[in-house]
Amino acid sequence: LADLHGTAPKPWSPASASTEPRKIARDRIVLIMGARSQLWSIAKMSVTGGVIGVTISDRYVTVVAIKGHSMHPTMTATDSALRGDIVLAEKACLDQYKFSRGDVILFKCPSNHKEVFVKRLIGLPGEWIQLPASSEIIKVPQGHCWVEGDNAARSWDSRSFGPIPLGLINGRVTHIIWPPSKIGRVERKWPEDRIPPF
Amino acid sequence: EPSSPSAAAMSRFVRRLAGIPWRQIAGEASSVGLLMAQGLCAVHVVSEHVLGVAFPRGPSMLPALNMAGDVLLTDKVSPRRGWVGPGDVVLLLSPEDPRKIVAKRVLGMEGDEVTYPVDAGNSDATKTVVVPQGHIWVQGDNIYSSNDSRQFGPVPYGLVKGKMSYRIWPPSRIGSIDSKE
Repeated sequence: LADLHGTAPKPWSPASASTEPRKIARDRIVLIMGARSQLWSIAKMSVTGGVIGVTISDRYVTVVAIKGHSMHPTMTATDSALRGDIVLAEKACLDQYKFSRGDVILFKCPSNHKEVFVKRLIGLPGEWIQLPASSEIIKVPQGHCWVEGDNAARSWDSRSFGPIPLGLINGRVTHIIWPPSKIGRVERKWPEDRIPPF
Repeated sequence: EPSSPSAAAMSRFVRRLAGIPWRQIAGEASSVGLLMAQGLCAVHVVSEHVLGVAFPRGPSMLPALNMAGDVLLTDKVSPRRGWVGPGDVVLLLSPEDPRKIVAKRVLGMEGDEVTYPVDAGNSDATKTVVVPQGHIWVQGDNIYSSNDSRQFGPVPYGLVKGKMSYRIWPPSRIGSIDSKE
C-alpha cells in the first residue's frame, strides 16, 4: 500500500477519520488491483494447466471420442448428443513402435492427414495376410502394418488402402471409459482364419 | 533420563531430526519440482508444436545440408496447417522404420506428376508417376546417395513432422533453407 501512494500508511487515530474520501479511493484501487491480479493468476494457471495437459496428451495418455461405425460392436458412435463411445489411448507405444497383433490403434488416414481412424492392427511388419476377397496372400512390408475394422461391412481399411506406415499411428486404445455399460479394457482379437499360422 | 551413553546419543539424534524443518523442505522441494515440470512441459509444447531443432546427418541432401554438424530450426506449424509445397525440405518419419526421422525435399504434392531418374549414375532412364491423394513425393538432393520415394514410393502427408526453415549452425552458412524445384 505504501508503494502505491508514496506515503506510509497512517496508524489509526480519531484524526484520520477526516481522511474518509482518500480511504475510499485507496480501497477502490486496491479492489481493482486485486481483481486484476486475480485475473492474472487465473490466466497463469490456465496456461500452465493447458501446457501440462497438452504434454500429457501428446506423450502419455489421451481421450478420444469415437465417431464412426467401423469398430462396431467393440466401440461405436451414436447419433445422440453424447457422440458415442469415449476411449482412453496410450502414447507410450510410440517410443519403440512395438505393437501386438490385435491391438486397437489410432492412426492418421493415409489419404487425408487431418482425419484420425480407429482400427484393429491384424498384420505386423513381415507377416502374411490373406486378402478376404481373393485367396491372395500378401506380405506386410517393413515399417508398415495391416489394419481392419471389427465391423467388416462398414470399415474402410487396409482392404481398400493397403498396409499403412507405422509412422501414421497416433496411439493405442487401451480402455473404454464411456458409456458405463462398456467400461473396461479393450481386448486383443483378430480373424483367425486369415492369418496363416506359424 | 537416559540410562546409558548410547541411549543419550539416540535421543540427541532424534531431537536433531525433529529440529529439521521437514515441512518447509518438502514445500520447497515440491514447488521446485512443479516449476521444473512446468518448464519441461513448456519445452515439449514449443518444440513439438511451434519450433524445433534438428541435427541432420547423412549425404542424401548434399549440397543443401552438410553430412554432419548442421543445426536447423524446424517449423512445426506449417505441416499441420498444410503449408508445405514442392521445393520445401521436410522432416518425416521413414516409411521403412518409424523410429527414424529423415530429411528430404518435396518434389510433388498430391495430383502432381513427378519425373524421376530410375537409376541415377548408371543410366539416364526416367519414370513418371502421379502422386496419389494425401501423399507426397520426396527425394534427396543428392540423387546418387539417397534412399527416398524412388525406392519406397510416395509417402502419406501424415508422416511429415516438420519443415526445415532456417540454419543456425555453422556460422558460415547461417540463413534460410532455400526452397527450390
